[in-house]
Amino acid sequence: MTMVSACPACDAVPAAEAAARAQEPQAAHLALSVPEIHCGACIATVERALEAQPGVKSARVNLTLKRASVEAGADVTADGLIAALQEVGYTAHELDAGALSATANDRAGRDLLMRVGLAGFATMNVMLLSVSVWSGADSATRDLFHWISAAIALPAIAFTGKPFYVSAWSALRAKRLNMDVPIVLAIVLALATSLWETMLSGHHAYFDAALTLVFFLLAGRYLDHRTRAVARSAAEELAALEVPRAIRLVEGREETVPFADLCIDDLILVRPGGRVPVDGVIVEGQSELDRSLLTGESAPVFASVDLVVSAGEVNLTGPLVIRATAVGQDTSLHRMADLVATAESGRNRYTSLADNAAKLYAPGVHILSALAFVGWYLYSFDLRTALNIAAAVLIITCPCALGLAVPAVTTAASGRLFRMGLLVKHTTALERLAEVDTVVFDKTGTLTKGTPIVKNWAKLSDVNAGIAVALAKGSAHPLSRAIIEAGKHTSAADLADIREVPGFGMEGRWKGQTVRLGRAEWVGAMPSDTSAVYLKVGEGAAGEIRFQDQLRDGAKDAITSLQSAGFGVHLLSGDGRSAVAGVADELGISDWQAGVLPQDKADYIAALSQEGKRVLMVGDGLNDTAALAGAHVSISPASALDAARVASDVVLLGADLSPIADALAISRKATRRIRENFRIATLYNVIAVPLAVAGLATPLIAALAMSTSSITVSLNALRLR
Amino acid sequence: MTVLGLLIPVSLILGGLGLWGFLYTLRSSQYDDPDGDAQRILSGEYDDRPKS
Repeated sequence: MTMVSACPACDAVPAAEAAARAQEPQAAHLALSVPEIHCGACIATVERALEAQPGVKSARVNLTLKRASVEAGADVTADGLIAALQEVGYTAHELDAGALSATANDRAGRDLLMRVGLAGFATMNVMLLSVSVWSGADSATRDLFHWISAAIALPAIAFTGKPFYVSAWSALRAKRLNMDVPIVLAIVLALATSLWETMLSGHHAYFDAALTLVFFLLAGRYLDHRTRAVARSAAEELAALEVPRAIRLVEGREETVPFADLCIDDLILVRPGGRVPVDGVIVEGQSELDRSLLTGESAPVFASVDLVVSAGEVNLTGPLVIRATAVGQDTSLHRMADLVATAESGRNRYTSLADNAAKLYAPGVHILSALAFVGWYLYSFDLRTALNIAAAVLIITCPCALGLAVPAVTTAASGRLFRMGLLVKHTTALERLAEVDTVVFDKTGTLTKGTPIVKNWAKLSDVNAGIAVALAKGSAHPLSRAIIEAGKHTSAADLADIREVPGFGMEGRWKGQTVRLGRAEWVGAMPSDTSAVYLKVGEGAAGEIRFQDQLRDGAKDAITSLQSAGFGVHLLSGDGRSAVAGVADELGISDWQAGVLPQDKADYIAALSQEGKRVLMVGDGLNDTAALAGAHVSISPASALDAARVASDVVLLGADLSPIADALAISRKATRRIRENFRIATLYNVIAVPLAVAGLATPLIAALAMSTSSITVSLNALRLR
Repeated sequence: MTVLGLLIPVSLILGGLGLWGFLYTLRSSQYDDPDGDAQRILSGEYDDRPKS
């Protein structure tokens, strides 16, 4: 994005537009995440709305990924398209336009699918030949069939099994055992003994079993990949809303530089609507700052010279010049990221059910097969028989069903959650979600929408309402927008000389009197502890316009169903006491704390964990990130800051909170299914292994055991959908 | 048993044809949006040619 020029006209452009310009993609390809698409009619509506935009060449919706990709001229911005979709009722987020990583993910998936297909076709052909052998093909015919099977199976397995060889090799090199080591060993041993048997025109060859094994395992691997690829790409590519550039003042001239180039003592200009890039002190200008993402305070803070500001705050009304006191790694924003890093190291120690199974399984199988080999060799002194039996044991115990047990369930569960608007980012998130017994919510932006609404509009006289609307129209301040929204049926009064006094409010003239809308101190009113602005007409007493943060859709439902399901529900907020108490009261949460600092949130969660509670943290702000990372599992809404989304395991795509309660129920069901699947897989082994050790197993029995257990496991997983 | 000399190549060729078809559909992105394609077939809005 080298288009930021020294063009003088650009400096005159209002900041919001400048910000939009900076987001303009170089490529004519735009990608949008549209989480609410769910049916055929949605596809048509969204595509039609997008294609109606000037400059758009074509739009295509992908329902599986809930995305729209748009081919358009260079003058089309994502913001315009998002606004167009908003009009037809769909919320959209921009995805990183240079979505190179998305196509790379896709390539990996396609590669796996291709291997699945190839293994499938090879299996079918070899199986045809094997069936004729099982049904009695003899002597020369059997040898011929075995040779043809070998000719198909050897190259097919060599090629399609690559993901397993790579994974097993990297595990062995790190001196570990993973699930892939016994798999590869079984495949190699099966092929080697089968080839040997074929050369000696023996009766049993396991080419079909080895291929079936590879086919089923690849299918499991593909399911796993798809679940994760969908979640990963959507979660990580939600484009950062902030432009990582700042305006530096050098000898009175403005220059645009990347964040990384800022130094201590630089003077930095922050325009209204911009995010403060560094920690510093205000040296010039007056404005109001929105600190909600850092501290959870919902009311804007007055800012003037000498106020200390932190990176991540949003400037609302007037331009500010800031002298940097800490940049880059030293800003409070980054210190918060460090908190996250320490908290996260704890989480990586979580061992999933699959890991536990693999830890028991791999050594068990190897020892069993080695014992069978040694036992039979000592009994018969026949290397060929002993090796054949060892291979049969390895193949029959091979974790076909185990390999499918977890991915089949997580695919079904994640798919169901995705349709409800929840994106599972982390592999073990479902299992951890199932263990939760306590839920901690953040307030601003999580339980509430973060956009205020006017509480007492009806109490205003028509004249005053008209004046307030007229004044509010001159400002982009969030409270002004709330007033305009509340007064959309009120006709604006006829005012002259409307101007914005940065940091204080709006002023104008009405019928010869000065009218003001703004902070309590400015209009001469007593400030109350709730979020409010004051309207003063002429010399009369100032009238109060109160604001209230709106509850998110489904917040009430989510809390009620969580409480009735027996979860402990807590509310932690950095906001003022009265605002938090109001929300807690409305939702019926008895455990709440106000004015909580970020570190306190993390400590609160740690204390709950100490008591043996498994905590689910739901939050969106920077002040929540440490708590999100420290909790057993965490959820953040898509509107959350980047850092919060990265720290959380599950992202809530829609605006509705109610899926959270369902997510907990589904995750419990999913974990139950995974355990059932392990039991099913073990049951098949309990029946088949003694046969194999006793030397009674034939390729037919191996094929039957493998296919039935895999299919049972998959069907069991499908019950979740 | 000489019929085998005919049948085995035939089965291999038919299998190969299926495999080729699968690889073709895979390469032309026909598995990228299974849910969407399932819905699109019911849509009344279609044109004469596939979208490029």
